[in-house]
Amino acid sequence: MTNGTAMKPLMEIKNLTTRFYTQDGVVNAVNGISYTLDPGEILGVVGESGCGKSVHALSIMRLIQIPPGEIPAGEVFFGGRDLLKLSEREMRMVRGHEIAMVFQDPMSSLNPVYTVGFQISEALMLHKKMNRSQAKVRAIELLNLVGIPEATKRFDNYPHQFSGGMRQRAMIAMALSCEPKLLIADEPTTALDVTIQAQIINLVIRLQEELGMSVMWITHDLGIVAEMVHRINVMYAGFIIERGFVDDIYNHTLHPYTMGLLGSLPSIDEAPGTKLISIPGLPPDLIALPEGCPFFARCTYRVEQCHQERPQLENAQEAGHTVACWRWREIQGFGVA
Amino acid sequence: MGRYILRRLLSVIPTLIGVTLVIFLFQRLIPGDPAVAMLGEHANAENVARIREQFGLDKPAFLDRDALAEGDLPGFFDSQYVRYFGRLLQFDLGESIHRRIPIAETLKERFPATVELSLLAMSIALVVGIPIGILSASRRNSFLDGATMIGSLVGVSVPIFWLGIMEIMFFAVIMKWLPSGSRLSSGIVIKPITNLLLLDSLLTGNWVGFKDAFLHILMPAISLATIPTAIITRMTRSSMLDVLQEDYIRTASAKGLSERIVLFRHALKNAFLPVITIIGIQAGTLLAGAVLTETIFSWPGIGKWVYDSILGRDYPIVQGVTLLIAIIFLVVNLLVDLSYALLDPRISYE
Repeated sequence: MTNGTAMKPLMEIKNLTTRFYTQDGVVNAVNGISYTLDPGEILGVVGESGCGKSVHALSIMRLIQIPPGEIPAGEVFFGGRDLLKLSEREMRMVRGHEIAMVFQDPMSSLNPVYTVGFQISEALMLHKKMNRSQAKVRAIELLNLVGIPEATKRFDNYPHQFSGGMRQRAMIAMALSCEPKLLIADEPTTALDVTIQAQIINLVIRLQEELGMSVMWITHDLGIVAEMVHRINVMYAGFIIERGFVDDIYNHTLHPYTMGLLGSLPSIDEAPGTKLISIPGLPPDLIALPEGCPFFARCTYRVEQCHQERPQLENAQEAGHTVACWRWREIQGFGVA
Repeated sequence: MGRYILRRLLSVIPTLIGVTLVIFLFQRLIPGDPAVAMLGEHANAENVARIREQFGLDKPAFLDRDALAEGDLPGFFDSQYVRYFGRLLQFDLGESIHRRIPIAETLKERFPATVELSLLAMSIALVVGIPIGILSASRRNSFLDGATMIGSLVGVSVPIFWLGIMEIMFFAVIMKWLPSGSRLSSGIVIKPITNLLLLDSLLTGNWVGFKDAFLHILMPAISLATIPTAIITRMTRSSMLDVLQEDYIRTASAKGLSERIVLFRHALKNAFLPVITIIGIQAGTLLAGAVLTETIFSWPGIGKWVYDSILGRDYPIVQGVTLLIAIIFLVVNLLVDLSYALLDPRISYE
C-alpha cells in the first residue's frame, strides 16, 4: 500500500505557499510545503490551531478566497496535472469528483434549507450526470453505506432532523458520492462526542478499505491518527517540520515540537497524578515569521544556529523519516553526540 | 398550518378595530371643521350648524356622557365613532362630504391606478434590488459593490417629491420625452377589464394604448421604486454577506458547484428571510409613498385622492382610504409570515 517505492504518487505537492492579505499585514499561512501522497494511503496532518493544516487543504481544493488570499507559489500535481494551473471550470470538475472534502462542524456544514438527500444527490447529478431519480437511488445507497438507518425515509429529512453524528455520516456520504480518489477530512470528529468520534473514524477506515481511496485526515489529536493513518505530516507555523510513517514518528520522535505534542497526550499507562507536558509559549506570529526555526521561541533545545537559519526537511535515515531540525541527531542520540 | 392561518386571520380583527380608532382620533386632531371647509370661510353659523347635524358632526366623538346622565342609554352610544363603526360593519364606507358620492364607488375607480403603480414600483424594486444585492455581496469591496453602496445610500436618502420634480423637469419639460402626469393621453382609450391599464391593453392587444400607458407610468413608478429598491438592495447584500460566510457555502463549493449555483441556490434561499421581511414592510411604505408620488405626477389613484381629501377635510374619504391601506398592510404581512415556513423548513407554525 504505502511501501512500494515504484508506485506513482496520487498527489505530489511542491513548495505550496498560501498567504492572506489582512489589515495588519501579510499572514504567511502555508510556507512552501512539499510532500507526496500515495494511492490508498491514509495521511495524517497534525498540528495545533492556526498551523496551516486546514488552509493547505483548502489551497489544494482552491477554496481559498482570493483576495484576501493568494497562492503565490507551488504546484499541486494530481492525476498528472497541476491543480493550481487549471481553469476555474476545470477545477470544479475536480472538486467533489476527484477530491472530496468533509469539514469540521457537521452542524453548520449542511445547508439547512435543503433536504439531506437533495444535497447528496446534487453532486451525483453534477458529476455523474444522473437524473434526479437515479441520484436518489444512489444517495439512499450511500446513506445506507455510511450507516444511517431507514435511509429511504431519511432521504427527505432536513439537516436539523439529524443528530450531529448522523450529519457527519451524511457529509461523508456526500463526499464519497462520486467515488473520489482523495478524501480530505478536516477535523471531522472535533465537534462530536467521543463515542461518535470512534464510530466516524471506524467508518472512514472501513470505507477507505472498501473503496481504496486515499484519505487526508487533518487533526490536532495525535491520539486519533496513531490508530488509523500510515504516514503523518506534523505542521507548525505553515511548515512541515516532521514527516514519516506513523511507527517511526512515534518510536523515534525527532522534532522537539512533535515530542511536545506527544507529551501533551494523556496515556492510560501513566501513573495517576502524572502531569501532562504542555509546550510553553505560543506559535510565532504568521505576519512576522522568525528568520530561523519557527519553533525557536518555544524550544528547549535551541542554539544560536536555530535563531539564524531555518532548518529544511532532511532525511533522518537512522529514524526512518524526515525532520526539519538542526539538532535531531543530538536530541535522539544518533550520530555525533 | 391551517390553524395558524386561521389564528392569524382572527388576530387581524382587533388590529383593525385599533386601526379604526387611531384613524378616527387622528382625524379629529387635525385642526379645522369639515362643515366650514365645505361651505367656505364666510358661511353663516346657521348653515354650518345644519351641515354639522346632517353629517353627525354635532355628536360627541366617542360616547355621550350627557345622554348617560339623562338615563338615555342608546343616546350614550350615539356618537361619531360608533356610527362610523356600525356603517363599516355593513361595508359602508360612507359618502364624500363634498361630492356626496359613495366612497366605495370612487375607490373602485381610483384603487386600480394605485395598485398598478405600486405593483410596477415593487416589481422594479425586486428585479433591480435583489440581483444587484446578490452581485455586490459576491464581489465584496469591488467597484460594483462600492457603487451599489453609494447608489443605495443616495436612493434611501433622496426625498421622493424632489426626485419626482427633477424627473418632470428633465424628462418632461426639458427633453419632452415623457408626459408629466396622469395615466393616459387624452384620446387614447383602453377597454377596461381590470382597470390596470398596462394589463388591460395587453389583454386587448391594444399596443398604442400600452405604449401610452407605459410612458405615463414610467416616471411615477421609478420615483416610487427608488426607496424600496435601495432598501432591498442593501438588505439583500448584507444578508447575503452573512450567509456567504457560512460553512455550508464552503461545502457547496467543495462539491464542485458553480458560483452561480452556490449563490442562487445555496445562499439566496437562506438569505431571503430578512429580505422578505423588508419587502413586507416596504409594501406598506410604498402605499404611503404613493400619496406623494401620485400628487406630484397627478396620478389619479387613492394617494392623490386622500391628499386632496385631507386638504378639504373630507373625513370619510381619509378614513376609508386609510383603512384600506391598513388592511393591505396586514394582508401583506400575513403573507410574509407564511412565506417563512415555505423558505425555511426549520420554521413550522403548528
